[in-house]
Amino acid sequence: MGNDDSDRVGCLVHNDGDDVAVAVRDLEPGGVPVAWLDSGRRGEVVVTERVPLGHKVALVDMPEGHKVVEYLEQIGLTKCALKAGSHVHTHNLRSARWQRSA
Amino acid sequence: MAAKRVSGYRRADGRVGVRNHVVAIPVDDLSNAAVEGIAKLVPGVIPLSHHYGRLQFGEDLDLTFRTLIGTGANPNVAAAVVVGIEPSWTERVVEGIAASGKPVVGLSIERHGDLATIADGARHAASMMQGASELVREPVDLSEVMVSIKCGESDTTSGLGSCPTTGQVVDRHVGAGGTVLFGETTELTGGEHLIAERCADDEVRKKFQGFFDRYLDLVERSGANLLGSQPTEGNIRGGLSTIEEKAMGNIAKTGSAPVVGALEPAEAPVKAGLNFMDTSCAAAECITLMAAAGAVVHLFPTGQGNIVGNPIEPVLKITANPITASTMSEHIDLDVSGLLELEFTLEEAGDRLMDLVERTVNGRLTAAETIGHREFVITKLYPSA
Repeated sequence: MGNDDSDRVGCLVHNDGDDVAVAVRDLEPGGVPVAWLDSGRRGEVVVTERVPLGHKVALVDMPEGHKVVEYLEQIGLTKCALKAGSHVHTHNLRSARWQRSA
Repeated sequence: MAAKRVSGYRRADGRVGVRNHVVAIPVDDLSNAAVEGIAKLVPGVIPLSHHYGRLQFGEDLDLTFRTLIGTGANPNVAAAVVVGIEPSWTERVVEGIAASGKPVVGLSIERHGDLATIADGARHAASMMQGASELVREPVDLSEVMVSIKCGESDTTSGLGSCPTTGQVVDRHVGAGGTVLFGETTELTGGEHLIAERCADDEVRKKFQGFFDRYLDLVERSGANLLGSQPTEGNIRGGLSTIEEKAMGNIAKTGSAPVVGALEPAEAPVKAGLNFMDTSCAAAECITLMAAAGAVVHLFPTGQGNIVGNPIEPVLKITANPITASTMSEHIDLDVSGLLELEFTLEEAGDRLMDLVERTVNGRLTAAETIGHREFVITKLYPSA
């Protein structure tokens, strides 16, 4: 099943260079228009699983232990390898600062 | 550009308030019943009940005194009745508030009992209410209005919308010569270097870093897993995965001004501009400390919908989460969820918030004020003796 609002931006990216985008509505698997807030760039990401409003989508493939970048800053480390289009959250991303928060 | 004029209450110490409250302040937990009794007899008086004030000592006691005195002295307060179990500490709080030049009386319960104290306090409070009712607003510069900021139940929409909208207003207010307080020490984790870089000089930077390192040390020594507390379960539900990610959204609301001061909890700023205060990230604790430092309007970006208010400082809620805006509308003052749909620009969102700040200063009630959110929470540093 694809996304009904095919023209509406489904994800926003804070900065060009970020690894993740934020879903601005509930997303179903399929192609989703993406907008970059800093550069105004537009693109598309193929979302591979359901991602609720406010949750993150990987824009690139990332290996395990990858320093995930959002706002052009490191926001944590991947717990496993993950593919572009996947849902990024506490199941596959952990704090690099508070090691016990794994 | 000419200074923006709004209306406010010019207090005896020269500071500007935007509300005109009469408060009844208990020095300790034992005196809550008396201040609540006074407020029952004299409707309109705000009782500031809390849980502490007995057998505290050292820095922890100092903070309680600073909080109670700062709250009573806040320019949103016209007059205060202070009630304590015994006269000595009561008098200390009264003297602190009296330095601001406003009417204040102190009553102690020992050798009188609750009932006589309530009767006496109610007579004073009634007279204070009449006095306050004759004070009139006058034109003041918006830059004289001290603003505080703290976000809560954040989610990723906070970082995308409500926090940068607040940052717009912070930059404009600081640019006009105003003062803004921000805090939330642990919630800078992952972005603390960005705040350190913005500190105006080495002295401020050293002080800020000291506060931050002390908190981090406390977290480390606790040996606890903070996931679920920081970020909170609400943050996680809303899509925030780590403290670092939460910090970036949090910092977005501070705008881009330099940090000119690093303050102890409830310490009044001495320099105009953006000031950091060492605070908890718990909403009511943080806002209580900021109001005690003299802030008179609070901007509160929220994602999942924190509903906090404060008894003396109006708390304005801003959300960019469309679910929160539609399901919790009675708590939300400004809905900027259109930012997620790119319906308007961040600058336009800033215009809307600026307009709402001015109207709130001029007397418009916030959502939290209309439905009676008056959380007053003292920050406790360690157990009492």
